[in-house]
Amino acid sequence: MSAFPGSAGIVAGLFALALAATVGGALLAVLTTRVIRSVCGLALCALGLAGLYYFLHSPFLALMEILIYIGAVCVTIIFAVMLAEPDEPPVEAPRPRTRLWGAGALLVSAALGAGMAWLSVHTPWSVPAARLNDGSVPAIGVSLLTTYSLAFELISLVLLVAILGALVLARAGRTPPPT
Amino acid sequence: MTPLHDQPAAYLVTAAVLLAAGVFGLLRRRTLIGMLIAGELILSAASLNFMALNRFTAPDPAVGQIFVLFIMGLAAAEVAIALSLVIAVYRNYRSVVTRDLSELKG
Repeated sequence: MSAFPGSAGIVAGLFALALAATVGGALLAVLTTRVIRSVCGLALCALGLAGLYYFLHSPFLALMEILIYIGAVCVTIIFAVMLAEPDEPPVEAPRPRTRLWGAGALLVSAALGAGMAWLSVHTPWSVPAARLNDGSVPAIGVSLLTTYSLAFELISLVLLVAILGALVLARAGRTPPPT
Repeated sequence: MTPLHDQPAAYLVTAAVLLAAGVFGLLRRRTLIGMLIAGELILSAASLNFMALNRFTAPDPAVGQIFVLFIMGLAAAEVAIALSLVIAVYRNYRSVVTRDLSELKG
């Protein structure tokens, strides 16, 4: 059926690699104390997500994920890490209240994740009767410029306002140079 | 038996794990940049959910991809604004630890 005998195993291995990179990157991003390792975890998570998007029949979004998340978001966070000193101070003598807060956070997030996972496994997802298009890049482009053109224009406006707002905010507290 | 990468449950459970990790980080982190990274994880979980349901149940497979593109654009704008706020806060307080930023506390 397939081109050569081992191809199913290779595909399964690649999928497992993408899953492991996503989950491992997310855990690395939230569990380390140094922020720079956290950013590296976010980049690893984005790489794994790009692999998952490829398996979901969307190579265009896999490319965009790498370009935007690793190329823009992580690099911007690294710039902020260089400008501020974001490392968490070491906890001296962890008090019971701190431990209680950590246990509460773990409980809340575990309950949320387990509930979502249980719901998504036990919901009977319906398969659509027919597809309107094939979800390729030309189909995305046609949809962006016809049905979703207003949202497309609005998001360019949002990005412009974000750039100007970031410039104004980051400039405001700067002291003038001594003359 | 369909392989694992053709079942929606694999992607949806992964998205749930990402959401749980993001919420845990948001509650647990003590610096603003750490909380921002956890927020990015939550946005990624939403994107993965959209893409999985787009692939398996949507009649128009372009809609989910466009929505995820918009999420990515908004995430980039959010990161730019949040980081410039972090820089401004650091200039005033010399710290980005959330415990130190309590000037409005009564």
